[in-house]
Formats: sequence, C-alpha cells, structure tokens
Amino acid sequence: MRRFANTHPIWTGIIAIIVVILLWLIFAIWPPGLVDVIGRKKVFLSALFNGITLGGLYFLVASGFTLIFGLMRNVNLAHGTLYLLGGYVGFHAANITGYWLLAFPVAFVVVGVCGVLLQVLVFRRMEGEDLRQTLVTIGISIVMADLMLWGFGGDFVNISPPSWLSGPVETFFVTAQKRSGDLVYLKYPIVRIVIFVAAVVLGVGMWLALNKTRIGMMIRAGVDDRDMLSATGARIQIVFVGVFAFGAGLAGIAGVVGGTFQSIAPGEDIRFLLASLVVVIVGGMGSIPGAALGALLIGLAEQFGSVYFPTYAVVLTFLIMVLVLAFRPQGLMGQS
Amino acid sequence: MAETSSPSVLRAETNSWFDRVPPAYWVLGVVLLVIPAFVSDFVMGEIMARAFIMGIIALSLMLLGGYGGMVSLAQMAFAGFAGYMIAVFGTSAITDISQGWPWWIVIPLALILTIILSTAVGWLAVRTEGIYTIMITLAIAAAFFYFTRQNYDIFNGFQGFNSVLPPQLFGVDWRGSYAFYYLTLFWAILGYAVVLYISRAPFGLALQGVRDNPRRMSALGYNVTAHRVAAYAFAGLIAGIGGILLTWQLSQISPGTVGIGAAIDVLVIAVVGGLRHPIGPFIGAFIFVVLETFAKDFLVTLGLSGDRFQLVIGLGFLIIVFFSPDGLLGLWDKFRAARNRDPLTGQDRGEREL
Repeated sequence: MRRFANTHPIWTGIIAIIVVILLWLIFAIWPPGLVDVIGRKKVFLSALFNGITLGGLYFLVASGFTLIFGLMRNVNLAHGTLYLLGGYVGFHAANITGYWLLAFPVAFVVVGVCGVLLQVLVFRRMEGEDLRQTLVTIGISIVMADLMLWGFGGDFVNISPPSWLSGPVETFFVTAQKRSGDLVYLKYPIVRIVIFVAAVVLGVGMWLALNKTRIGMMIRAGVDDRDMLSATGARIQIVFVGVFAFGAGLAGIAGVVGGTFQSIAPGEDIRFLLASLVVVIVGGMGSIPGAALGALLIGLAEQFGSVYFPTYAVVLTFLIMVLVLAFRPQGLMGQS
Repeated sequence: MAETSSPSVLRAETNSWFDRVPPAYWVLGVVLLVIPAFVSDFVMGEIMARAFIMGIIALSLMLLGGYGGMVSLAQMAFAGFAGYMIAVFGTSAITDISQGWPWWIVIPLALILTIILSTAVGWLAVRTEGIYTIMITLAIAAAFFYFTRQNYDIFNGFQGFNSVLPPQLFGVDWRGSYAFYYLTLFWAILGYAVVLYISRAPFGLALQGVRDNPRRMSALGYNVTAHRVAAYAFAGLIAGIGGILLTWQLSQISPGTVGIGAAIDVLVIAVVGGLRHPIGPFIGAFIFVVLETFAKDFLVTLGLSGDRFQLVIGLGFLIIVFFSPDGLLGLWDKFRAARNRDPLTGQDRGEREL
C-alpha cells in the first residue's frame, strides 16, 4: 500500500478524498440541502449496504471463476450453471432436512463433484484449446439449463433463512434526526449482514490459505509457471482437481446464498455468469483481491445505479468495464 | 469446395472467370434458384430465407473468427442495432419515435451507424486476446440487450418496434414470399462471394497472417491493430445487412431478438457449420433453422415432451464441438482424409476427383 502511495500520489489523493466523502456521507446527519439534491439518507445507506452485500455474493461466485482461470487457464462458461445448480440443490437440501445451514455443505459437495467431473471429463482432454473449452462449456450450460428447467421447474425458488436470521436488526447508522431530537437508526436484514460477514471471512481465509500454506504456495507457483511446478515433482493434476472442486463448490455455496438473498430461477445462470465475467475483467483475471475489488465495485454500481438512475443501471456496470478495459486492459489488480 | 477448386484454378489461369467457377457452384446455384417452384411458402419464408439471414449474420462471425482469430459474440448485437436503426429512422407502428425517412437515406444510414458501432466495439475488443475477446464481446452483447430493454426514448424498451416493413421498390412487394426469398438469397450469395474474395485478397491474407503470428506481421510492417479493427468494421457491415433482413422478415425488432440466447445461437451456427470456410455458416444456419422448426415435432413423434427442443439443439452442438472443433466442415475433411488414405500403407493417396 505504501508502494502504491509512492508511485501514484495523485491516485492515492483521489482515493483518500473519495473515502473521506463516503465516511462523511455515512456517518453525518445530512443537512436539508443535501437531502433536496440527492434524496433521503436512508435510501443512500440502503443502496450502499445492498451494494456491499451484493458485492459479497458476486465475490463468492467470481472468486471460484478467477481461481480456476488463474491456475489452469480454463475458461469455464458453465460457471453460472454451477451457481444455479448449487441454488437448487441447496433449496431441496434445506427443505428435506429442515436445516438451512445444512444446505451449504450439501451444495458445496454436490457442485464440487460436478466441478471434478467437468475437469476430468472435459478440460483435461482439451488443455490449451481455449476456443474449444469455451464452446464445450457453452454447450454444457445450454444442456444443463434445459435439464434443470425440466427437473426443478421454471418457478422462482426462494430459500427461506431460519427464524433466528429473519427480520431486520437495528444498526448504529443514523439515517435522520426527528424534530424532537431523537435519532432514527437504519434497520437492516440480519441475514444479509451475516452472509456478508461470512463472505469476508471466506475471502480472508482464501487469501491466507493462498499466501501462508504449502498448498497455497503450490497454487501460486502453478499460476506463475505450470510447467516448472510439475517439473519440480508436484502432483499438479491433483492440485488442479482440488482447485476446480473448490472453485465449483464456492459457486454452489454462492447459489445457496443467492437463493436466500434473492431467488433462484432459470436465467439466473446467465446473469451470474455475466456478473462474474464483468467482475473478473474489472478486477483482473486470476487475482483474488482483484475479484473482491471488482465484486464490490460492480455490486455498488448496480445498486446505486438502480436507485439513482434506474433506466441505465445495467449500462453503468458495463460502462465501468469499458473504462477499465480502455485504460487498464489487464484489470485493476491484474498483472500486466 | 475451395480446396477442390484450387488445382483447377492453377491449371486454368488463362481461362475466363466463367470457366473457373467449380461445377458444384453451378449445381447449388440452380437448385437454389428453382427451389421456390417446388416448396411451400412456409418452407421458403420460414426456413430458407431465415437460414440465409442467420447464415449472413454467422458469416460475419466466421470472417472474424476464421480469418481473424477473434471470436466475437457481439455480432447479433450489431445485427440488432442495424435493425433498430431501420425502425428508428424509417417507418414502424411506433410513430412517436420512427422518423419515417425514405429508404434510400435510412438503409445507408443504418449500415453506416452499425459500422461505426462495430468499429468502436472492435477497437475495444482487440485490446484483448483469445478468450478475453469472447468474454468482452459477450459482456457488450449483454449490455446492448439490457440497454435496449431499458431505454424507451430511442429503443422503445421492452416492446421494441413492430410493423417494420421493407420498402415497396420497383413495384415489387418485398414482403411477398418469392420476392423475399430471392432478396435474402441475393444478399447471402453476395456476402459469401465477398468474404471468399476477401480471404484471397491482400487484406484477407494479411488478416490471416495476423491471426497466425501477430508479432511477425507487426515486424513485417503491418499494422496489426488496424487490420483487426478493419475486420470488425467489415464484419459489422455484413451483420448489419443480416440484421436489416432479419427485421424485415420478422417485421419487428425487440430486445428478445438481440438477447444473449440469440448471440449464442449465432456462435452455435458458425461453429457447427465450421469457421474455416464461408460456406460453413450457411450449412450451420440451415441445420439450425431446420432443427429449430422441426425439433418439437420430432420429439413429439418420439413420444417425448416437445418442450425439450433446446436440449436437442444443445446436445447436438455439444457433440459436434466435442468431437470436431472445426464443425461439420472439419468432419467432412476428416472423412475425406480417411477415404484418401491407402489401407495398406496408411499413406495419403493424394487428391482424387470426387
């Protein structure tokens, strides 16, 4: 961080100013003039929090995608399908067993096994053939989308969180001040907070595992130079299968989270595939911190866009992507 | 076809172009010209004309992917953009937005705007390579789809435009099944011939050089980026023509026409046919349209539910790309190579007249 500040003093200044403005917007009680210009603070705060939590969900989906791409150069355009499958599996697991928490391991394992199958049956056979991998995974996602429509139906499916997680909780963020002088605090759904915290914990855990453990060292070495790693005697195929299973499993977990946050329906696979594409393009291919930053940016852009300029919310997301591509084609955190 | 024709081209260098056209073209041409006399209006309009139109749009992808090595999923967006421009500047049922200008302004204007759009997208996309190009063009196609769906000032949002009809020209009703069939046939043949010509012209050869080894081409003094962007611009023109025809055929344009599914359909068509020769997209389009039209009935006759036709198309696509990355043309080449191999020595017996 200090190196960044030394090499890019102007950018550091701009980022610092934005952070200060944001902090003021979050914690201050807005003067009436500001409310007249951009609306009530409650709307702003909810958009902010929704954006951050949506970013957490995007991070869960995109981190698996970027991990798989970074290590194996495998382009898995069936990643959205894995997300949707995870959602359906989690929904049925939660319904049958009655435990919401049980949906997570079940979805992780089932979708992880699917990922292993994909790696062994598809990607290992066409290593290094980018276009063919893309086409085959597109084919798989078309077929799977129709099979899931057949098996699970076309209705919206919502995974309901358990009672101890439902309902809003009062946070310490002030939204307004009443005439009597009482402060009004923001109420926010507790399940979203819990899930966001879990995403952060998972992200930090992944970062620690990648940077502090032996397996993480092997994965990073594989990202940099696959051939040298296998020449040193590492069982690279096992690492590949493991990372693929983990990345796919993350998509499965994200499916359960998405089903709790919002809902699961046919077509969501494409939406989340696109979201993870945009996130990794913005953040930088193969970089976990990049995925986190990209997910946060895209989540915020989507939510603020839909609140403040509803007509062009989606276009805002793509505008960010275009700007990043035009000025930093390797992504914000990508290596050139 | 090109492969069989090349020796004869060498032999008959001095002959007129008339003699150099391979016989297969004559047969195909005559069949396509007289087919309307034998088939119903439905087959002509819904299958043949649609196959030509989808073939033209997929042809633009073939030009980019086959000769340029850039697989773009935004071709359907370019086609849809041209269709929208026709509706916006020409006539449609949405009189609040449609300007109602005459066709000789509207059509060139729509195509020029499409070329500008595709050049801009190309300029953005060529900053990336290989798989990144696919992802970025997919994202752009998705952005265009959502934009048309949410913008009501120009694109009329979810509903789009209806009653977008071809102009009444030379006293011919171009909506009529015969006229429209020949119109699409004309543009399909023209597009095919131009792409084939380009592939052998200096620009096309340089483009193929850029595909195979950009660094070497750059060292030889070719401007790699300019060639790629120019390929996007030209592919945008082809896609735009296809898009205008598509809009006329459906007599409407809406976000559903340019959705992500449609973008992927174009890729499926081009890849199933084969990306190495301009005939590929048309073969792929014909198979796709026939499947699209009859897969439902076929499934019902087998006693299965007709809703699963997407599954049939997806499985067919999956099988073809899994076994032959070059599509049906690749399978055909493999088959020919196998037939030419001598069973005793296992060596190639050389080219035979087929």
